[in-house]
Parts: sequence; structure tokens; C-alpha cells
Amino acid sequence: MHLHKFEKIWLIFGIGSLLVFLTVLGVSAFYLGNQPPSCLATIDPEKVDTQAPFNEPGLKKVEGKEWEYELVFVASAFNYTPGEVQIPKGAKVKVIATTKDVIHGFEVAGTNVNMMLEPGYISELVYTFNKTGEFLVLCNEYCGVGHHMMTSKIEVVE
Amino acid sequence: MLNQLANTKVDRRDGKLAMAHFYVAFIALAIGGLAGLLQVLVRSGKLELPAGIGYYQILTVHGVILGLVLTTFFIIGFMVSSVSKTAGTFTTRQRTLGWIGFWFKTIGTAMAAVMILLNEATVLFTFYAPLQAHFLFYLGLTLVIVGTWFDSAAIYMKYGQWKKANPGQPSPLLTFMTVITLIMWDVATLGVATTVLFQLLPWSLGIVDTVNVGVSRALFWYFGHPLVYFWLMPAYMAWYVVIPKVIGGKMFSDSLARMSFILLLLFSIPVGFHHQLLEPGIDPAWKFLQVVLTFLVVIPSLMTAFSLFATFESYGRSKGAKGLFGWFKKLPWGDARFTVPFIGMLAFIPGGAGGLVNASHQMNQVVHNTIWVTGHFHLTVATAVLLTFFGVAYWLIPHLTGRTFTKKMNKLALIQGITWAIGMTFMSGAMHAAGLLGAPRRSSFSDYGGAAQAAEWVPYQIAQAVGGTILFLSIILMLYIFVNLAFFAPKGDQEFPVGEVADQAEKTPMVFDNWKLWIGITACLILFAYTLPLIDLIQNAPPGAKGFKFW
Amino acid sequence: MAKTELNRNTETETEIEVEDSSSLKGTLASVFLLGFILIVTWVSVYSLFLDRS
Repeated sequence: MHLHKFEKIWLIFGIGSLLVFLTVLGVSAFYLGNQPPSCLATIDPEKVDTQAPFNEPGLKKVEGKEWEYELVFVASAFNYTPGEVQIPKGAKVKVIATTKDVIHGFEVAGTNVNMMLEPGYISELVYTFNKTGEFLVLCNEYCGVGHHMMTSKIEVVE
Repeated sequence: MLNQLANTKVDRRDGKLAMAHFYVAFIALAIGGLAGLLQVLVRSGKLELPAGIGYYQILTVHGVILGLVLTTFFIIGFMVSSVSKTAGTFTTRQRTLGWIGFWFKTIGTAMAAVMILLNEATVLFTFYAPLQAHFLFYLGLTLVIVGTWFDSAAIYMKYGQWKKANPGQPSPLLTFMTVITLIMWDVATLGVATTVLFQLLPWSLGIVDTVNVGVSRALFWYFGHPLVYFWLMPAYMAWYVVIPKVIGGKMFSDSLARMSFILLLLFSIPVGFHHQLLEPGIDPAWKFLQVVLTFLVVIPSLMTAFSLFATFESYGRSKGAKGLFGWFKKLPWGDARFTVPFIGMLAFIPGGAGGLVNASHQMNQVVHNTIWVTGHFHLTVATAVLLTFFGVAYWLIPHLTGRTFTKKMNKLALIQGITWAIGMTFMSGAMHAAGLLGAPRRSSFSDYGGAAQAAEWVPYQIAQAVGGTILFLSIILMLYIFVNLAFFAPKGDQEFPVGEVADQAEKTPMVFDNWKLWIGITACLILFAYTLPLIDLIQNAPPGAKGFKFW
Repeated sequence: MAKTELNRNTETETEIEVEDSSSLKGTLASVFLLGFILIVTWVSVYSLFLDRS
């Protein structure tokens, strides 16, 4: 099959660009650890309230880990626990969340914290809150009639 | 490439089958479009739905009716016409299969529609187990898919018949592209059929109590991404084969067109995880593998872009165009059969750019489930694909009904295309911008407890409503043109444009018709990308999820 | 024809190719413009990702 000279140039350029994109993503993900949230741990969705760490939702300081805080969220139709939380600026936080019923989203608007919560699974993501201010936590995955009322708030303070 | 069976006109009996599909498709456009208008108005915060109708109910209508019904019916109607035109009239047996397919799809659609209207199935078209709809909703959508299997069977039989009558010859391009698109579709629908038959139906009937959510989602998205290529490939058929003839030029290359369709078959299926990048239960390495495969499916689109520009430039230069871009002015801008799909092609450039962003592994965290994604697929399916389909309808409907596309209708059609472009620029543009600021998709109007961030999104939501209203006017115009072409336009002969290859383009190699090879590679890629993560989702599954009805 | 043009128009060789009726220079320019849009979009959102991380 014959390719026009210009088409060869175009495809080499195009495929080359795709390879550059993939390399940037791959190095960032596998070498720097910026993987999308992909926690493999599971939990019985009906026993969420009695199991650690979900029996005590909220922010907790931890020692001897790569991150300084753990922020535990429990989602259910149509609210998050806790409904409001304060985080010191610059804190490296592991967000740990799960759902007690249907699928929910967990998005902290204006940040890269964005993950799916699915019944039976735990979702985790490590994030450093470098900017002060109020951040809206909202459900970005359809979960029922009150979906758009489902919110929480993270306040990053000095 | 001449062949003995090609018709100058689609046989009247095949035309009737195609037209039946188009009636359903355009009724769907009317209903789905109205639902879309209501959504943008509600989301602007200026309108509340009367009579207890829920936002999510009309959102389900919009998604199911436009994403599944309009597209599928239009595509099958276009395919039936294309095959009948290029490979010859269907036999009675083949056409009967086509009619069985039509009734399966129509009855299935009616079942799902009734359940949605009764508010028994407000689960959106992506299902969202463990939200649990009425079993008739799942059954109805299953019938739609089974219907398309009958359609495929009819077309495969026609293709086989042509091959037998024309040994050693490459199949007609439009027929080849139809067959490859349907193979891709049939392989993909196995996933959604599996989750519905073995998981969602028994669960919604109460035979089993719980559902494995991880497996259900993986099976759905195994289908969900090829679904979008099932929309796109028929548009590519029109771009590669029909548009060159409409402008009076030649196809750039038959072989390259076939090559890009083969690549679309191979790489559009094993990529569903890029819809699940932020989900638990799937190892990130498997996600990244599918991200790489997703990037490979960009290549045939890069080839398509080159072929199309080359067709346009060659035509313009044959008309004496000079300079780097002189050919651009020579294109027949006054012909809606060209201009309306051309607007679609342009929309596919930002659409494709956004698609690359969506599929970029961890970058998905910026845009996932924000309204950016809604803006993205309103450029791809709701502009690139849909305007191409409208452009096809402008000549195909009168071709099938024995009428003509008049100058007056052509003028209206141009206005239709331009208003669509304006409306979509507002709506999709505002969606992209608001999405980057964090505004979620699939959500009714909310001030999120008075949050400052949510207040920033409101102006964009008003812009969406403005754009959506313009789009709705464009839909009304389209429906008017459709009714005219189907029932009132003057009798006459409207051409079915099928492009020919440029003289210097070489002979088509036979390897493209080697289905064992292509289906074999497709199967290997799917097994490679899905086997281990799927086993993982089954073996390490959490306790199953009970059903909920939260609407 | 090409020769006379070469004599008249001494600017560059590409100038002649542009006027050639089978030239695809405009196509090449167009797809590179498209490629440029893809790259700019991707790089912008990646910068946003970096800025927010």
C-alpha cells in the first residue's frame, strides 16, 4: 500500500506526538507515582460504619507514613460524612473514602481530587493541599434524585 | 471498481426498510431534543419542571433516546441503503431478517420508553448498578441490541452473496465499511448483553439478591467505548465515500480508507478502562495499557483527516486553485450536502483534542465526570456525527422516497447547519470551560449550599441554556426538512453519491477482505487487555451490592 | 511549462510545487494546524493538572 510522502510525514509527526504524551503520562504515573486512584481493597458495604477507618470519619494525623494526615469520608445517598473539615495548608493528605449504598463520585472542585466510590470498594488518593480557601466537595456521579444536593466542604487554613 | 450487482437506485423494497428506520430516528430526535432543551433550561436555574417530572427522568430520556435510539436507527437505515446500493438488492430472506430486526428494536425501544415515562427506570443510559431499574427497561434495551444482530445477519448474508458472485474482487467500499462496523458492533455488544442477561435481569427480577458492580461496569464499558465508534464509523463512511462525490472530486485512496477501518476495528474495543480510570478495583497498570491502546485508535483518525484534506485540495486544484489554501475557496459551500457534514468535520478537531485529554490516564482527574465531558461528546457525536447524518439525510431521504432536495430546502439546510454550529459553540464551549472549573455533569441545578465555586459556574450554565435553545431551533428546522423530504418535496430522482477513486490511486489489496485475520487479531487484543483484570474483578470481588431505587 | 516558470519565477522551488495541480501542500499545512490544536489542548490541560497537584 502506497503512502503519499506528506502523509508519511504527518503520520510520523502525529504518532510521535502521541508517543511523547504517553511517555510523559507513563513517567509521571509509574516513576513519580501519580497514578489515578486505583485502590484494590474491598469492604462489606453494609458494615462500613463499624469498620476502621470508616467508623471514625474525619481528619486524623498519622505518624511514620508517606503522608501526614488521613482524611476519611463516608458517602451515602445523599450526603458525605463529615459535612465539613479543616485542613492545614501544605498538608499531605491521604483521602480514604467509600460508599454505603450506590455509586457516588468524590470530587474536590478545583483540585485533582476526583474519584469514583463504588459499593464494596475503598477509594484512596494522596493529595497535598497547597492553596488556602474553601473547596467544595461534591458528588459527580449520578446517584439518585438528590444527587445534586450531595456536598461537603474542605477548608484549607494557614 | 465495477460490479454486476450495483444499483443506480436503492431498490424500493429496501428503501422502505431504510425509511422505517428513519421515521423512528427522527421521532427520536424530536423527543430527545425537547428533553435536551428542558435540561439546559433547568440547569440555568431559571426553570422548574412542572407536574413532578424529574430532571433525571428527562436526562434518562435524552441519553437513551438520542444516544441509543436515534443513532442506532439512523445508522442501520444508512447501512441498509448503502449495502443495497453498492452490493445489490437484498433477497426476500435477507430483507425479512432486516424487518425482524426493525421490529425487535422498535418494540424494545417502546418497552424501555414506557418504563422511563413511568419513572421506573431513572438510571440514565449507562445503567449505574446498583441503582435498579424495572426489568422491562433492561429487557427492552436487550431487544434493541438483539434487533441489531438480525440487521447484521442480513448484511453479512448480502456481503457473502456478493463475494460469491464476484470472486477475487475487493468488496464495494461502502459495503466493506458497513460490514466492518457491524463486526465491531457485534463483538462489542457481547459485553453489554452479558451484563444484562447474566447480571442485571436476574437481579432486577429478584432471582438473585446482589450484583457484582465491578464486573458489571467493566462489561458495560467494554461495550460503551466501541459504542461511540459505532456512531463515528458510519460518519466516516460518508466522509470517505459520499463527500468526495458530492463535491465532484475523487476519493483520495480506497486502500487507506479500508486500512483505517481495519485499525478502528482492532483498537476501538480493548479500551473501555479509559472510562474507568478513577475507579477502584482495577490495577493502574491495566488502565495504562488500555490508555496506550486508546491512543492507537487515534491513528486511523489522523489518517482520515489527511485523506479528507487531500480530497478537498485535489478537487480545488483541479478547478484551478492556486496557493497554499486557494482550494478551500473552490469547495461547494452553497451545497448543504457538503457544508453541513463539513461543519461536523471541523467540530471533530476540538472533539478529538478533548478526547485525547479524557483518555490521558491520571489527567482524567481534572475532567472526569465534569461537564467538560458532556461538552466533549456534544462535539463528537452530537455535532461531527449528527451533522454528517443530517447531511446524509438531505439526499438519502428524497432518494428513497423518489423526491428531490430542492433549492429552497438546501437553503434551510444551510441555515440548519450554521445555527447548529453557533448553538453548539455556546453550549459546548461553556461546558468545557465550566468543566475545567469543576462543574459536574449529569446534575440538576444546585447552588451547592451557597458555595462560592458553584456560583462561578452559573454564567456558564446560562450560556449553555442559550446555546441549547439555538440548537433546539435547529432541530425544529431539521424536522421540518425531514418531513418535507419524506412527504412533500417534488417527485424526481435524487442521486445517491458514491465516490470513485482518483486515477492514480492503486489497486485495492485483497487482504482487507480476510475476516479471519482481522477478527482473530481483534479477539487476541481483547483477551490481552481484559482477561486478567476481569478475573481479578471476579476473584477479589467484595460482597455483592443490593439494588436501590433512589429516584 | 515548468521550465519557463522556473525562469520567470526565481524565488524558490517550492513555489513551483505549490502551483502544481497535484500538490498536497495545503493538506500538509492543514493537518499540521490540526496537530497543533491537539498539542495545545493537551499541554494546556496537563499544565492545569500540574498546577493543581
